[in-house]
Amino acid sequence: MSTLTLSGINKRYDNGAHAVRGVDMDISDGELIVFVGPSGCGKSTLLRMVAGLEAITEGEMKIDGTRINEISPADRDVAMVFQNYALYPHMSVFRNMAYGLSNRGMAKSDIEAKVRETARMLRIEDYLERKPAQLSGGQRQRVAMGRAIVRSPKLFLFDEPLSNLDAKLRVQMRIEIKRLQRELGVTSIYVTHDQTEAMTLADRLAVINEGKVEQMGSPMDLYSDPKTLFVASFIGSPHINLLPARFENGELQVGATTMPGFEALPEGVPLMLGVRPEHIAQHPEGAFEISVDLVEQLGADSLIYGAVSGFNGDEPHELCVRAGEASQREPGELLKLNFETDRAMVFRQDSGERLV
Amino acid sequence: MNNSFLHRFSTHGILILGTIFMSAPVWIAFMSSTHSADTLFREGLQYWFGGNFFETYYEVLFVEGGVMKKVTALEMLGNSMILGLGFAIGKVVISMSAAYAIVYFRFRLATPLFWVIFLTLLLPLEVRIVPSYEVVAGLGLLNTHTGLIVPLIASATGTFFFRQYFKSVPEELLEAARLDNAGPMRFLIDVLVPLSKTMIAAIMIIMFVVGWNQYLWPLMMTTEENSYTIVIGIKQIYQVLSEGGELPQFQKAFALTILAVLPPVVVVLVFQSWFVKGLVESEK
Ligand SMILES: Nc1ncnc2c1ncn2[C@@H]1O[C@H](COP(=O)(O)OP(=O)(O)OP(=O)(O)O)[C@@H](O)[C@H]1O
Ligand SMILES: [Mg+2]
Repeated sequence: MSTLTLSGINKRYDNGAHAVRGVDMDISDGELIVFVGPSGCGKSTLLRMVAGLEAITEGEMKIDGTRINEISPADRDVAMVFQNYALYPHMSVFRNMAYGLSNRGMAKSDIEAKVRETARMLRIEDYLERKPAQLSGGQRQRVAMGRAIVRSPKLFLFDEPLSNLDAKLRVQMRIEIKRLQRELGVTSIYVTHDQTEAMTLADRLAVINEGKVEQMGSPMDLYSDPKTLFVASFIGSPHINLLPARFENGELQVGATTMPGFEALPEGVPLMLGVRPEHIAQHPEGAFEISVDLVEQLGADSLIYGAVSGFNGDEPHELCVRAGEASQREPGELLKLNFETDRAMVFRQDSGERLV
Repeated sequence: MNNSFLHRFSTHGILILGTIFMSAPVWIAFMSSTHSADTLFREGLQYWFGGNFFETYYEVLFVEGGVMKKVTALEMLGNSMILGLGFAIGKVVISMSAAYAIVYFRFRLATPLFWVIFLTLLLPLEVRIVPSYEVVAGLGLLNTHTGLIVPLIASATGTFFFRQYFKSVPEELLEAARLDNAGPMRFLIDVLVPLSKTMIAAIMIIMFVVGWNQYLWPLMMTTEENSYTIVIGIKQIYQVLSEGGELPQFQKAFALTILAVLPPVVVVLVFQSWFVKGLVESEK
């Protein structure tokens, strides 16, 4: 039952790399926060600073209102699940889970009870005597979770814990993590670069880019109301459609097409129009025309990919349209489309700032 | 068919020849040690069993004055065992702690320090034997086990092997241990030592044999019979044997040689599988 506060957190490595730049964050009790961002953006660094494995160059970190900057990892009472699990290879599953407890001086009988209870919860009771090498990837993952849970810490920290599992198991474990976190009510931070994982797990999610938090909010907030071009393009699968645009004579020019309904945008700066695939409708008199390249059938709906006409070759002008089940299209067909103007977004290309 | 027979014949032939070449001296020494001094003196080296096995070995091993003036072979074997074990354990402990410090405590001079340690490979005991002797003599440690072992146990090779091994242990293990409230000693004893078990065993075995076979240093260090190791015993026995105008007791010299070879052979045979495992596998 804990809160975590980060204020003005910076991290500079000895080699000069400025990995985390001025992060402020308030995490309330029982929340599951996901850090998401591209590789090398500083997610792990930030998480490891919370764990105490990495020194904080600048800023202050508080758990339950108490400054923890100088407190050792063990005394912060946080538990971490590593990407490669980091189980002790020579210890049985039982000892792996018990090690942290016995190092904290818990009585033998209490340890026994606690480990068995946790093992039951994770359905690994049958493997307690085995060594990690004798377990499957998924089982090892559970043991790693067990080692964290058994300590009843103030914070759970997960650093890409599912990335070594196959796709199906990943989905299964994702659901399980979410369920366990709900049940235990422990404040958690989860790092991933997989945006689907991020969207499905998070109470709130922080999109990190080059060491800065670009935006933090609920998954739906970030999806429907991104503040920057980066967030818009990072969140959502398939990606948001981005078309270069200009504002001229009071109208938005997208390629050869004029899109009505936009006002008071800066003239003469390169802009970017963003439209989610589900906000494009097929219409016989649509303003945009694409020639279909590829159709992906997903079952309930399908994704139609094609090039928009009216752009010169070197500008990006691929579109993805989410269409209903009924819509059977063939490659080479021409399609007329309309964008839902009130759901479309406009960004500045240079700063990435959202204008509409 | 014919070809492959010839091929097999020749390869086996070569291997058998090699085996004979390598083991013949040991065989001859063993056979000769089972004959009487008389026979050896009259007929030279022996190639088959004689009738004096028990007599000779009993006298060499247990009877005072049977081989040296005072010390028995058993006592010399004991000294060698202490040297071999002390040498092996000392080297492992010292080089493991050095490697632990270098790899896990990121102090500023760790890397240069490691290379300094590595450079000591260029300064084996033989090169620094006079100053080493001075120091040990100055400390009054001549003819003691401490004086025999301590100057030998610093090991650049051992440090190097452990350093490479520790570097291959995933860093997350250390981090997990830190979160599990394990301090540096705990981590070393609970995690690193068990992980390097086979590595330790392999280094111990090699070092035991090397320690057992130490020659130059014990030769300088030990002036009293009581602290002779068996290797020194072999060297000294010829002096003892040729004294006094009696028939030289060559069978005893041979017996001593065989006794000196046995323990390292047993150690290597018994721990062979561990040894190979330690050098080839890394358990992860
Ligand atoms: N020990 C270190 N010393 C110096 N620079 C480092 C160190 N660890 C990370 N960095 C740098 O800090 C930046 C952030 O690294 P970090 O590991 O936090 O990225 P990440 O977001 O976790 O990426 P990934 O998704 O690939 O795990 C990177 O540019 C990296 O090169
Ligand atoms: Mg990372």
